[in-house]
Amino acid sequence: MLLSVHIELWGFPMKPAPFDYYAPETVDEAVSLLKKLEDDDIDAKILAGGQSLMPMLSLRMARPDALVDLGKIKTLDYIREENGVIHIGAMTTKRAAEDSALLQQKQPLLHVATQHIGHRQIRNQGTVGGSFAHADPAAEYGAVAQALGMEMVVVGPDGERVIPVDEFYLSFLTTDIDCSEVLTEVRAPVMPGGTGWGFQEICRREGDLAIAGVAVTLKMEAGSCVDVVIAVFGVNAIAARLDDAEQVVNGNTPGEALFAQAGKAAAAALDEPITDVHATAEYRRSLIATLVKRCLTEAVSRAA
Amino acid sequence: MTVLQQVELTVNGVSYEREVDPRMTLVDFLRHELRLTGTHVGCEHGVCGACTIIKDGQAVRSCLMLAAQADGTSLQTVEGLRNAESGELHPIQQAFIEEHGLQCGFCTPGFLMSTLELLGDNPNPTDQEIKDALDGNLCRCTGYQAIIQSVRLAAAKTQSGKLAGAHGSA
Repeated sequence: MLLSVHIELWGFPMKPAPFDYYAPETVDEAVSLLKKLEDDDIDAKILAGGQSLMPMLSLRMARPDALVDLGKIKTLDYIREENGVIHIGAMTTKRAAEDSALLQQKQPLLHVATQHIGHRQIRNQGTVGGSFAHADPAAEYGAVAQALGMEMVVVGPDGERVIPVDEFYLSFLTTDIDCSEVLTEVRAPVMPGGTGWGFQEICRREGDLAIAGVAVTLKMEAGSCVDVVIAVFGVNAIAARLDDAEQVVNGNTPGEALFAQAGKAAAAALDEPITDVHATAEYRRSLIATLVKRCLTEAVSRAA
Repeated sequence: MTVLQQVELTVNGVSYEREVDPRMTLVDFLRHELRLTGTHVGCEHGVCGACTIIKDGQAVRSCLMLAAQADGTSLQTVEGLRNAESGELHPIQQAFIEEHGLQCGFCTPGFLMSTLELLGDNPNPTDQEIKDALDGNLCRCTGYQAIIQSVRLAAAKTQSGKLAGAHGSA
């Protein structure tokens, strides 16, 4: 009764606050639109797949004046290899990345990390670029990007920029992408032959946001671990590599004691981890120690 | 004043053309504009999976999309499962009834649609594959065991249906 009066007088109640909606069909069109909105001092937000933005809109944690939906731009949906580099169009769905034989064979770490993102229904609609640009601290791609030294390609009014990962993520949900720029592509090197890799995360339910996670790559040379890379996510505002833990392993013979020591070094090297409803800082530290150990074991078993 | 957005889409084989407020979610559009109330609204932020529908052959959460984003797509909702001509229930629906894959039934439309995608991709899934495909759907009556049994039976029914079809008796 009350609801029907409400609908009659003010229309159907909506979860998100009002916004203007645009659906440009090309990157150029999107960039000029974003530039114009910026010049007019209109707070615009890009909608890629919307799997993180939609809840924020519905809960009114985000109240942009304008939404620029990239869903109609068909040129940003691809996965291809060129000269040892894998190029992924920003609007490629995570499901397409998960189903990509190229990714599975040439960049298995990125492939497996993709399978850990959300539930299947989320991966069907969510995009690879959306996840990078959203920069959630618990996003798998953050650590993978750090581990692999990925690059992000953005296009703005002044043309294209290629941003290395260590300049891309600035803080919690914040990247180097300017208001009038669009992320168009992410690039990852093909995984060199013989590389061992590991990926582990902990969440309450499979597919939920990770409480903590680790990505590792390494190589074996004459029985020793070399080129060891250890990256963590879900614990601090942005994913990071942990040099202290890497150095514990580099040049040494793999073994349980060494990996436990690396786990301890990783936990100690963390900035004060996040405490939230899912876990305390102390628990996250302890998870990192365990996951680093597991990832190293996994990576050594895969290394040729 | 918000500019209304023109949306053209197909739902369960029927074409619709509507003007929508851009901030209207797809699930609200289905329920309130098209009066297809079989798709349920649960958490409305992508956790529970009650609103799962099929978009262009893949399961998506209709609360995590705007109606405007669905322009040009082909959707299937739980109403589209039943055979339109014979009125017969879909083998997945039949299996959920036979194995008691529901208690209160609120989450069921979502489970049915996630199962539809799973069996389309993988007609003979293992228990682990069933669990992986359904991990985005919550049942608060805690009926997961019966749901997994239902999906197993649905797979068997779909398989035997196909065999029957091959012999011309479907």
